Amino acid sequence: MTSRIGVVTFPGSLDDRDAARAIRAAGGDPIALWHGDADLPDVAAVILPGGFSYGDYLRCGAIARFAPIMEQIVARANDGMPVLGICNGFQILCESHLLPGALTRNDHLHFICRDQKVRIESTHTAWTADFTAGQEIVIPLKNGEGGYIADDATLNMLEAEGRVVATYVGPNPNGSRRAIAGITNARGNVVGLMPHPEHAIDALTGPTTDGLPFFTSVLTSLLASR
Amino acid sequence: MSETRVVVEVMLKPEILDPQGRAVKGAFARLGFEGVADIRQGKRFELTIEGELTADRMAALETLAGTLLCNPVIEDYRIVSVEGAA
Repeated sequence: MTSRIGVVTFPGSLDDRDAARAIRAAGGDPIALWHGDADLPDVAAVILPGGFSYGDYLRCGAIARFAPIMEQIVARANDGMPVLGICNGFQILCESHLLPGALTRNDHLHFICRDQKVRIESTHTAWTADFTAGQEIVIPLKNGEGGYIADDATLNMLEAEGRVVATYVGPNPNGSRRAIAGITNARGNVVGLMPHPEHAIDALTGPTTDGLPFFTSVLTSLLASR
Repeated sequence: MSETRVVVEVMLKPEILDPQGRAVKGAFARLGFEGVADIRQGKRFELTIEGELTADRMAALETLAGTLLCNPVIEDYRIVSVEGAA
C-alpha cells in the first residue's frame, strides 16, 4: 500500500505516462486514476500531472478542480495524504484552494520550454526530503501560465514559514513573484511545482536525473510514517 | 417555455497585472491610436437559462459565478444583466 501512488488522467493530461514512469523508476507502483471516477482506490499518494486539462478552457485547472475524483483527493490531502501537482497539476491545486495564490499568464506572454535551473529551498515536505536544502537542479520547464502570484501578505507568510519549496535560479522565466517555482501547504504534504521533475529521471530522455528525488522522497516519507 | 438571459462579466482584480491587456495597449500605440492610458482584458459569459430563474437558482448561479466562472484569488465577477423572455 505504501508504494502505490496514483496518477490522475484528466481529458487533456499530457504527462501522466511520464509521471507513472518516474514513480516506477523510484521503486513505487503507479496506479492509473481516472478523472471521472468518484472513488479513490487504495493509494498512499497522488500526482496531478502536467498537460492542458479540459483544454485549459475558462482558466487553467478551473474545470479539473470540479472533476469527480477531486472531491476525495482534496479530502484525503486535508487529512495528510501526499499530493504533488506538476505544472497543470499545480494550477489545479491552486484552483482547489489546497495551495494559496494562483498561476497566471507568463509576463512576456510567450510559451516557454527549456531546461531550467531550480534551487530546492525546503526539504521539509513529503516530496523533497531526499534533496539537500539549497541544492540546485536542472529540470524541464514548459508553460504558458506559470507566473505564480499571491498578495504580499501571502508571499511573506510562505517565505517566513519555509513553504517556498523551489525557486528559479537566474533570470525569472515567467514573472513569478519572488521567483517562486514551487510551494507547499502548512503540513508539507501537498506540493505544487511548475517545472517538470518527471521528465528528468533518465539520462536517455531527460537533461538530467535531478527530478528523481521528488519521487523517492515520497516513498521514503510514506515508509517513515507507516 | 420561458427563458432568462444572464450576462456575467469576469475581470482580473485591479491589482493583478494583466499582460494580455498590456499587449493590446501596445498594439493600439503601434497602430497610431495615442492616449490609451490602460486596457484590461476580461471575459463575458452569456447564459440562457430554461424555466423560471427563482431566487434559489439565482443564488446557486451566483455561487458558481464566484467559484467556477471566476477565481476569487485573482478575479471579480459581476452580473451585468438579467433579462426574462416569454
